[in-house]
Amino acid sequence: MAVHPLRLSRFNVTSLVLGLAFLYLPIVILVIYSFNASRLVTVWGGWSTRWYTEFFNDRAMLDAAWMSLRVGVVSATLATLLGTLAAIALTRGTGFRGRMLMSGMLYAPLVMPEVITGLSLLLLFVALDAGRGFVTVTIAHTTLTMCFVAVVVQSRLAGIDRSLEEAAMDLGRDPLRAFIAVTLPLIWPAIAAGWMLAFTLSLDDLVIASFTTGPGSATLPIRIYSEVRLGVKPEINAICTLIVGFIAVVIVLASLVSKLSSARGESAAPL
Amino acid sequence: MTNLTATVADPAASDAPVIAYPTPLLRIDGVTKKFGAHSAVDDLSLDIKAGEFFALLGPSGCGKTTLLRMLAGFEAPDTGKIELNGEDIAAVLPHQRPVNMMFQNYALFPHLNVRDNIGFGLKSAGLTRLGIDTRVAEMVALVKLQGLEKRRPDQLSGGQKQRVALARALARHPQLLLLDEPLAALDKKLREETQVELMALQRQLGTTFVIVTHDQEEAMTMADRIGVMNDGRLQQVATPRQLYEAPASRWVAEFVGDINIIEGGITHRDSHRLTIAGRDVGTLFAIEPRQPVGDAVICVAIRPEKIRLSRRGPATDLVNSGAMNSLEGVISDVGYLGGRSLYKVKLDRGATLRVALANTARLDVDAYSMGERVAAWFAPDDCVVLVQ
Repeated sequence: MAVHPLRLSRFNVTSLVLGLAFLYLPIVILVIYSFNASRLVTVWGGWSTRWYTEFFNDRAMLDAAWMSLRVGVVSATLATLLGTLAAIALTRGTGFRGRMLMSGMLYAPLVMPEVITGLSLLLLFVALDAGRGFVTVTIAHTTLTMCFVAVVVQSRLAGIDRSLEEAAMDLGRDPLRAFIAVTLPLIWPAIAAGWMLAFTLSLDDLVIASFTTGPGSATLPIRIYSEVRLGVKPEINAICTLIVGFIAVVIVLASLVSKLSSARGESAAPL
Repeated sequence: MTNLTATVADPAASDAPVIAYPTPLLRIDGVTKKFGAHSAVDDLSLDIKAGEFFALLGPSGCGKTTLLRMLAGFEAPDTGKIELNGEDIAAVLPHQRPVNMMFQNYALFPHLNVRDNIGFGLKSAGLTRLGIDTRVAEMVALVKLQGLEKRRPDQLSGGQKQRVALARALARHPQLLLLDEPLAALDKKLREETQVELMALQRQLGTTFVIVTHDQEEAMTMADRIGVMNDGRLQQVATPRQLYEAPASRWVAEFVGDINIIEGGITHRDSHRLTIAGRDVGTLFAIEPRQPVGDAVICVAIRPEKIRLSRRGPATDLVNSGAMNSLEGVISDVGYLGGRSLYKVKLDRGATLRVALANTARLDVDAYSMGERVAAWFAPDDCVVLVQ
């Protein structure tokens, strides 16, 4: 912990300011323009919240947001479950054949162009004659995000000493209870991070969703994209500001929770 | 000195503490464990008695940890039986064995505080909250950790972690406690203190301890008996004293402590006394070991501290009658180690002997210097005769 505080030179300050500006200036402009009274996106017409009211009265847009939220929660939960199981199998199961191949294949979707994933899923759903809508988008997002969860959880699992679980077994827990009592609390932050990553990816995805969704079940990105093609409405700025705000709150909450649980001197296990 | 030839060749045997253990608590019978083509443990048999402090000693990779893990249940033997109280436990899973283990890196649960770490095994046993609290308090007092119950492992020093691990393993009243290099992570001073504490604790509780270590001093200090392992096999099982004074083989002699090995052949046998032509040494007298050796090439092993040095050799009639070995040479190296000094003596016949002398006086009256001519002498019954 005793790291020397970095003395900020003029160069450091400049690069910090430029870097942050590069990252956040577009978002700041977006937020400011979401309060623009003018109908024209690029012309400032004074402060107003009319675009927010407009959004909350836009039935189609609200439906799309609700759809995205449902897809995000369900697919992130499924992906977290499957990804965690995959990570456990790949870290712990050193005995089975083809482990290296499996491990490599898990990473493939990370680098696979989304168009290909989307197209192949579309072909699959058509072949299965599955009606496209909420279910197909959720399945597609689960396949997309599961590998991200697996990678996050796997790196955490690899850092956990195997003898901890052995100690739990030695002290009278069967393998499953040993896992629940010792390993699960230790990989919990990674699982939570994996869920959030999966949720964000699902919320953000346009390409795969547009391949796998059907009429009447557009997600928010699809809805926004189709609106923007007809010209950017200030309402879009309002929606985006809300999304940014939502994500910021989630991130702050998550880091607060992990700060608090590590600052407490007590045992952090509920079991 | 007159009845020298009549003494038994095994001087340690008579001094060994004779402890009458009732039954073997643990019987390991012909156990083999292979990893691929390599046998980590090779047809090993061993009995450990209840209440014993037993050490498995060996170089790294000798299979001692694999054996310990088989006792804990983390590895299953390929062949052979492991019996605890007469029951075969080879198929019993770790969580169902009345055996607990203290892990090398302690394996404390980082997300639990000291109290919950110690109480972990009690919770598995289904004890009530009150029962757990009572037993944890007992264990905390036993290992002197009062006041640290709320700390988490990362807020403890190495010595405190070691105590928590010990308390956690002992909390369930195991019939057998396995300790895997329990002191390896501690510094020298703390290690020596902890050795003494562990011995006292073992005597107080009467629990059978099996410790794995590569540190022979640690094994010698603590254990009632030591099993020396190499290449998956037990080389010798003996008390520390027997192991040091009467090693069963050249490998054990060289592994345990420092020793001079002189190769040679037997030229004459006379009741129990052997006359040996040592290579690069000359004629040596030694006592015939209990297990008679053939006329093959043998080696004579002599510990450095069993050799005495003097500027003049011992009385000639002693040497001529074969009651004392005396070899002449020149001091070729001096190492001052504080309590004792290590000398290397280059013998006139060519061999080099290592000799350890206690520095009994503060002034260097009994010290020898480089190049000085000396006689190195030792009694025949300080020599151990081993088959090559």
